[in-house]
Amino acid sequence: MQFMLLFSRQGKLRLQKWYVPLSDKEKKKITRELVQTVLARKPKMCSFLEWRDLKIVYKRYASLYFCCAIEDQDNELITLEIIHRYVELLDKYFGSVCELDIIFNFEKAYFILDEFLLGGEAQETSKKNVLKAIEQADLLQESEDEYLSVKIFK
Amino acid sequence: MGRGPSPLTQRLLLLLLRRAASAAPDKMPAVSKGDGMRGLAVFISDIRNCKSKEAEIKRINKELANIRSKFKGDKALDGYSKKKYVCKLLFIFLLGHDIDFGHMEAVNLLSSNKYTEKQIGYLFISVLVNSNSDLIRLINNGIKNDLTSRNPTFMNLALHCIANVGSREMAEAFAAEIPRILVAGSVIQLLAPLSAADQPIRAVVLVVLHHGQREGVVTAATSLITTLAQKSPDDFKTSVSLAVARLSRIVTSASIDLQDYTYYFVAAPWLSVKLLRLLQCYPPPEDAALRGRLTECLETILNKAQEPPKSKKVQHSNAKNAVLFEAISLIIHHDSEPTLLVRACNQLGQFLQHRETNLRYLALESMCTLASSEFSHEAVKTHIETVINALKTERDVSVRQRAVDLLYAMCDRSNAKQIVAEMLSYLETADYSIREEIVLKVAILAEKYAVDYTWYVDTILNLIRIAGDYVSDEVWYRVIQIVINRDDVQGYAAKTVFEALQAPACHENLVKVGGYILGEFGNLIAGDSRSSPLVQFNLLHSKFHLCSVPTRALLLSAYIKFINLFPEVKATIQEVLRSDSQLRNADVELQQRAVEYLRLSCIASTDILATVLEEMPPFPERESSILAKLKRKKGPGNLPDIDDTRRSVNGNTEHNNNNTETTAKVSSDLLALSPAPSAGASLLVDVFSESSAPAAADVYEDNFARFVCKNNGVLYENQLLQIGLKSEYRQNLGRMYVFYGNKTSTQFLSFTASVGSPDPLNTHILHPVDPTVDGGAQVQQILNIECLSDFTEAPVLNIQFRYGGTLQSIAVKLPIMLNKFFQPTEMMSQDFFQRWKQLGAPQQEVQKIFKAKHPMDTEVTKAKIIGFGAALLDGVDPNPANFVGAGVIHTKSTQVGCLLRLEPNTQAQMYRLTLRTSRDSVSQRLCDLLSEQF
Repeated sequence: MQFMLLFSRQGKLRLQKWYVPLSDKEKKKITRELVQTVLARKPKMCSFLEWRDLKIVYKRYASLYFCCAIEDQDNELITLEIIHRYVELLDKYFGSVCELDIIFNFEKAYFILDEFLLGGEAQETSKKNVLKAIEQADLLQESEDEYLSVKIFK
Repeated sequence: MGRGPSPLTQRLLLLLLRRAASAAPDKMPAVSKGDGMRGLAVFISDIRNCKSKEAEIKRINKELANIRSKFKGDKALDGYSKKKYVCKLLFIFLLGHDIDFGHMEAVNLLSSNKYTEKQIGYLFISVLVNSNSDLIRLINNGIKNDLTSRNPTFMNLALHCIANVGSREMAEAFAAEIPRILVAGSVIQLLAPLSAADQPIRAVVLVVLHHGQREGVVTAATSLITTLAQKSPDDFKTSVSLAVARLSRIVTSASIDLQDYTYYFVAAPWLSVKLLRLLQCYPPPEDAALRGRLTECLETILNKAQEPPKSKKVQHSNAKNAVLFEAISLIIHHDSEPTLLVRACNQLGQFLQHRETNLRYLALESMCTLASSEFSHEAVKTHIETVINALKTERDVSVRQRAVDLLYAMCDRSNAKQIVAEMLSYLETADYSIREEIVLKVAILAEKYAVDYTWYVDTILNLIRIAGDYVSDEVWYRVIQIVINRDDVQGYAAKTVFEALQAPACHENLVKVGGYILGEFGNLIAGDSRSSPLVQFNLLHSKFHLCSVPTRALLLSAYIKFINLFPEVKATIQEVLRSDSQLRNADVELQQRAVEYLRLSCIASTDILATVLEEMPPFPERESSILAKLKRKKGPGNLPDIDDTRRSVNGNTEHNNNNTETTAKVSSDLLALSPAPSAGASLLVDVFSESSAPAAADVYEDNFARFVCKNNGVLYENQLLQIGLKSEYRQNLGRMYVFYGNKTSTQFLSFTASVGSPDPLNTHILHPVDPTVDGGAQVQQILNIECLSDFTEAPVLNIQFRYGGTLQSIAVKLPIMLNKFFQPTEMMSQDFFQRWKQLGAPQQEVQKIFKAKHPMDTEVTKAKIIGFGAALLDGVDPNPANFVGAGVIHTKSTQVGCLLRLEPNTQAQMYRLTLRTSRDSVSQRLCDLLSEQF
């Protein structure tokens, strides 16, 4: 996978993850172009399209579009399920996730994605294991915060 | 920073590594979840409450000013504040605003000892690292510290960052570090004795694939092996049996418990897809048992597709079908099991009518490749009605496009009329974006499968009628070529264009075809009073004023041909030519034609006129120009080769693989049997030089590389002799002028020069040089060169002469290299990307990263690429600093399309050069040649 974009129906970008190094200018151009293309498509159309030398796989969940760019030999259907698994993970973590959760906790959305995908490849497909890792990180944060606050109050 | 190399290998290695590092879970105290940063949440709400874009920008600017002052302030910020502000910056960036500060603070966070601060530091860096690469050294330092920290959580963050950013700088900085950690990783430690081989990585990943218990680790390892196997298949051959064993365990054993790795009732779909993908790096296993086991897996996957779904959820069917499609890709890749191929085809046939648009799309796409296997071609053909129906009813243009592709791929003599008719009728309503391609496809199919050429002529005229604007010159040139070459269709063509031209509004392309054909063959229908010469002329001339200059020029030529064919209209036509609008036309070309044709018609005798304006001779048979155009559009790799004999109507000739293999063998044997004369010559020279030449010189090649990007110059010089070159090349032919200059004042005696060529080149010396070369004189020798197929080795020029009693012997490598047979090809960026993608097979691409040997000057680089023979394409690469080129290598046997891309990195004084061509040996050779030039 080369990159993943999350954007709203209004075309607002909510999350971007790039697995290929590109200039900011190029990223912006690609984003603009793809958001336009995908938003222009009708609901019943297929989830795949050819774009430049890549294949775009996208799916809409409520008000959010999840859009991945994969390479020629990559599998479209399994990419759709990568998207779905990510949505499941977000859902499980936030408890029926909505766009607002992702806006306010964008850093968490990134951490979850990083646990699931690495360098654009699915690294851990088990929901349990990913969530376990995230929870552990949260615990770590908690214990640190606790430690910090203790120090401050002293 | 150049578009990075994305060292996939590196990343995938990391991917595995990360799994390994996290294998031992850390014991954490159980504390409940708490909230994040309040200040951040408040800021985000503020932004969301902004009523207008202006208000939002105002709020953001206020916040940026605030953060800036905080960062610049005297008071040292605590970690929490730093984290909060960096997060705010990130959020602002995600809103689409540029961020030009805060990197330093992020690097500080990254170096913090607190996990949450470190985590945010890494997040910022991995999202924004490209915009500020000055800090790369600092960042790398931080990463290095974390990698060696022995703290698994910190190590994970560091590895994530390297893997996800994937830039060249990072890859280079950590290339040595990563494998060391990998081998030391906790999971791997258990297997350490096995991995103590020369190739630790190879051993490790293979062992993981074999023994790995955790599906996650195996999934990562499989990705890594696939990447490595694409680079060096031989090193990872053993992975085939391991992958088959794994796959078999997942697919065939009903009782296997994969727990959380079962996804909507599908066992480990991700791993299955990756294993099947890995197997596509290799041919079918030779070992019968292994092959049987794999076939069994593939059969099981096909069987499962027929079972009733275990869940109604789309996730279930998607995961199941993801595996199925990957299995079908493997079956097609192997192209050796007729039963499997036909079963795959039937399965796809079912999907063609599935209610899921996604499945219909993929089925059409996948079937396209099946159509090119002779085992399944017939089976694909049975679905023609469904595909035609898809063309008519699909609401999504991308699906219809797939249907067009499939119809094209499944077309043969038996169904050509139907398919062409359907494509023509679709053309009337087709999306503008795909019309030109459909026109080309129709034109090719009509020509290829025409039994009856009247049908062909009708089809092309229909094409012009329906989609005249999309009919490129190649298409109408081709119909004229065919009509001229086939006298059985000329009368019909004349009659048909005459009738078509009757339409009140007809496309200019039709006027062109009509003008040309009537000019040549109007006499064939002139007997009918309804199409008498005068009627024909008036008809053509009625269109004249509406046409563009090139068409008018063509019509003027048709008129002068009429004067020859029909003396009775001579006066009328002369009158037209004489009119001011012709003779004084502002366009030089039109004016010149009018003047010359008028003079010709006045002064030439009938005989001369008849000779000058004789019917056009047949065109030499060659590859259809339209096919070449479609190949250009589509890229040579992807175009189903409809010329192939295995597609002949009976369709049961030899299997393709064997077929090409045997022909290749036969031809090389033939070559071996009859040694080329040049080879014989060089043999003689060798014998001679060995016996009598005192200094049988090594082949001199110092100046060789200088001629890669230029054709003229001094090739060799010593105290006696200077050899200069001038050369010119066109397509697969070349001519080289070799100048021998005697630098002394004494005669050279017994001067001979001969050339020994490698097999794929024919070199022929036009005339031998005079055996004496006077002092101070220069003699010239002409060499004709023909490139038969692609080659690496260059010919050697052997020179001998006597100078003052001693025999001098010099051997110089002649700078005739593959790129000399380049023809530049201009193309638009869209075409470029399309072709680039189509040349995506791993062996088609060769890449080299190398240090600059000369100052990195843009203009010089451009000149070199042009000198190399490729067309320099502007505005293709999104990064203006990069260079992109395209061209075709012409050899006698084939033409090889080549794309190249050169990415300079001025900071590192490095280049990365990527070559993609349809032939791996060509990619390699061109890359070797060009990479030495910068």
